Amino acid sequence: MIKWNKFFLLIVILALVVGLLYPTSSYVRDNANLGLDLAGGVYVLLEAEDVDDEVDEDDAVERAMTVIRSRVDELGVSEPVLQREGRNRIRIELAGEDLDRDEAMEVIGRTAQLKFFGPEILDDPDFDADVIREVEEEEQTEVISQEVLDRHEPLLTGDDLADASASYDPQGRPFVGIEFTSEGRDKFAEATTQYVNQPILMVLDNEVISAPNVNEPITGGNASIENVGDISEASNIALMLRTGALPVTLNELETRTVGPTLGAELLDNSVVAASIGLGLVLLFMVAFYRLPGIMSCFALGLYLIILFMVLIGIGATFTLPGIAGLVLSIGMAVDANVIIFERIKEELRDKKTLRTSVDSGFKKALSTILDSNVTTLIGASILFYFGTGPVRGFAVTLTIGILASMFTAIIFSKFILKTLVQTRMVKNTKYFGV
Amino acid sequence: MNFIDQVIDKRKNWISISGVIIVLTLIMFLIRGLNFGIDFTGGSILHFEIGEEFETQEIREVLQNHGLEDSVIQKAGGEGEESEVVIRTVSLDEDERNEIFNSMQQVWPQMTEDSILRSDNVGGVIGAELRQQAIIALSIAVVAIILYITFRFEFNFAVSAIIALINDVFFVLLLFSIFQFEIETAFVAALLTIMGYSINDTIVIFDRIRENLNLYKNYKKEEVVKMSLKRTLTRSINTSFTTLIVLGSLFIFGGITIRPFVAALLFGVIIGTYSSIFLAPNVWLILQDRLGSKKKFNASSHSEA
Repeated sequence: MIKWNKFFLLIVILALVVGLLYPTSSYVRDNANLGLDLAGGVYVLLEAEDVDDEVDEDDAVERAMTVIRSRVDELGVSEPVLQREGRNRIRIELAGEDLDRDEAMEVIGRTAQLKFFGPEILDDPDFDADVIREVEEEEQTEVISQEVLDRHEPLLTGDDLADASASYDPQGRPFVGIEFTSEGRDKFAEATTQYVNQPILMVLDNEVISAPNVNEPITGGNASIENVGDISEASNIALMLRTGALPVTLNELETRTVGPTLGAELLDNSVVAASIGLGLVLLFMVAFYRLPGIMSCFALGLYLIILFMVLIGIGATFTLPGIAGLVLSIGMAVDANVIIFERIKEELRDKKTLRTSVDSGFKKALSTILDSNVTTLIGASILFYFGTGPVRGFAVTLTIGILASMFTAIIFSKFILKTLVQTRMVKNTKYFGV
Repeated sequence: MNFIDQVIDKRKNWISISGVIIVLTLIMFLIRGLNFGIDFTGGSILHFEIGEEFETQEIREVLQNHGLEDSVIQKAGGEGEESEVVIRTVSLDEDERNEIFNSMQQVWPQMTEDSILRSDNVGGVIGAELRQQAIIALSIAVVAIILYITFRFEFNFAVSAIIALINDVFFVLLLFSIFQFEIETAFVAALLTIMGYSINDTIVIFDRIRENLNLYKNYKKEEVVKMSLKRTLTRSINTSFTTLIVLGSLFIFGGITIRPFVAALLFGVIIGTYSSIFLAPNVWLILQDRLGSKKKFNASSHSEA
């Protein structure tokens, strides 16, 4: 007697898994966060230069992160990752195909401290008088030493700015127009009144970028920085001035930029290779284990659905080490099925009925699967806790993979195999690969 | 099955083989060492698409102007045409990297911004830190695994599993030392994967030994181990085989970039399967003979009929 109700239940469940596969795969394609190694982009690790006081340092690093975040936002990067690491480090990840990597690097790391100095600085014995001529006549920027800058009080700083923007002057040369705050306007008016017919130096970080002569007092609260190269350089400077200077000098510890083509190629190849591999595995399972093998295809399908949905749900980033974790967890998911099916075959060989074989096969496989998975799980969670970066990415995919595989093997596989037996359609143990 | 009897009866031979692997690895470490990539040593990697065939000498001349003629220069690229270059050199800051790109552009004007396929720089401090962190994380993981296996099985099983694990790690390191494959962050992930696979594979076999020790209390331990191995052999082979299928297809179709990484996994899975069958049970038998067991075996999560 075939039990049709069990049969229909089985068909509905299997159809549900198949039906879910397609929307899941397109959802994954649209929503997966790809790491730099796969999507291309920029990764920078910056370290704040010595600040003596620990409280000051903490505060400075926090403020630096705020500044960098607003700079990155102005670049229009989608989903930037900005994280503080340890006491004095900042990790920045900008992924994406459209990213201008050079510009991003330029904008992120520059301290961008703008200072205006009066002509007294020219009298400093260490100051090279040629600087003014070279800046103004030959239109190039000149570096001056931090020591010299430290010896003089700036007239105005970046804090006195209200706004900055890039544009062209009537001769078609790019410049950065700046607008002062009301306080800044007063300071600038006072300075330009005091130094008529003398130069004022505009210094960005350690570079004198402009040293115009003051022709008359400027009271309108506007000024311009010329000599800024091309328009994109001008807009970068404007951007940095708008978002403010970094409160601390940041040194580059590690930088990685991956071009979009390299990453995309890697991703395409990996996806193709993984699909072929998985297809062959399913083929093998069906050839070797027959009916249970077919059931395991559905179980693996559900495993993949759960795995990817959870990974996307927690906002995990897919990277190359993550793929390694994925391959291992797929291996373990297949292994769980193999362990169960082998056990069932053993029971069948001992001349037990199909029903008892499936039952006791699962029961006996359970402790094996638990122990082997829990051992790996312990390893994975410790790597997650103590590891950083790539090690962590590996641990996350592996942990979720193991949990998903235990669920599908122990609960889902068991349920569909039992239902299959309960339909009483299968009598011959040949269909179980015995 | 005669084969399994051989595995267990000649256990001293198999253990010696692993001993030889470990000694060989240590010797190779002294002679050739490992080829640590910039992730661990600090340095820069520049990967450019030049757009036409070139000679490495031409690149070296460009680098000479920057005092970097000692850099490692490698051709890369797809089939037939080797139009890409990978330059490995000391740590360079952003400006220095840009200068090199500009000099390259003067020789090959067809190069654009998109010709920079990859440009990495790792400071020396970071490399050392990464190495240290990876070792600490691994050591704690090993201790935790020993504790778990001791708790679920017994101490001798834990020691045997870890010895098998060390064997696998050393074997893969030996291959990397012989062929001087570059060790980068992805390699750490590969090593972790191999360890995960190896421990998983070993536990499945130990689990069966534990179960059979309870079922056949009057049998010699040797016989129990043989019986357990015979019963789990199909599973061991099938699981390795399916994992190798996935890895094999990643190796063939996954592209050149990830090939060293996949190669490490392939070797690792093979050696991991080997050590679970040939090494771990044998080490356990020897420990058992020498030290004896203090614990009665109970398969704790299911009762035997």
